[in-house]
Amino acid sequence: MTLMNEPIKRAEIKPKYCRFKKNGIKYIDYKDPDFLLKFINEQGKILPRRLTGTSWKFQNKVAQAVKRARHIAILPYLADSLK
Amino acid sequence: MKNYETVFILNPVLSDDQAKDTVEKFVKVLTKAKAEVINVEKWGLKRMAYPIQNKSTGFYNLIEFATTSSDLVNTLETEFRRDESVMRFLTTVLDKHAIVYNARRRKGEFNRNKKQTTTRKEDVAA
Repeated sequence: MTLMNEPIKRAEIKPKYCRFKKNGIKYIDYKDPDFLLKFINEQGKILPRRLTGTSWKFQNKVAQAVKRARHIAILPYLADSLK
Repeated sequence: MKNYETVFILNPVLSDDQAKDTVEKFVKVLTKAKAEVINVEKWGLKRMAYPIQNKSTGFYNLIEFATTSSDLVNTLETEFRRDESVMRFLTTVLDKHAIVYNARRRKGEFNRNKKQTTTRKEDVAA
């Protein structure tokens, strides 16, 4: 029996979207840790665009906000188990 | 005219009165330079995400102001650096979206953090 590639069920792959564009969010508050928590992983690293689907424009703003939050000790620079 | 917002963390060793006086001192620096102070917020004693100067908590404060002078931020930050009770500070320029967001925030439209709204009510009462 030959090896066959499994067919990809394209219906199951949801297209990514930028949540800021979709919801019309224009400003990302660096003082809001609960919201920024969505864009960092357990170690406190900023998640890449390919995982969150954020557009380039807003990814830059997210990164800026996370870095500001880190400076004023609202988010940690490094962590073990954030979530 | 540009709007700015500055967040600073005061030493938790200070008494409440001392913390209040320090905040007022910085507000005075702004008013003296004819800046328009839009909002002063005290978030109170908050736990920090990592220790600063071996302290795990700090008094968080926020001042929002508008000024035409480009030098004022520098003078304010020099004051922050001179004052030993200031552990951290961050001043940011607000763009047009941020100004709209902050205006809504002041009205308390984002009530995710209940603590902030209660402190603001106390300020209104006082």
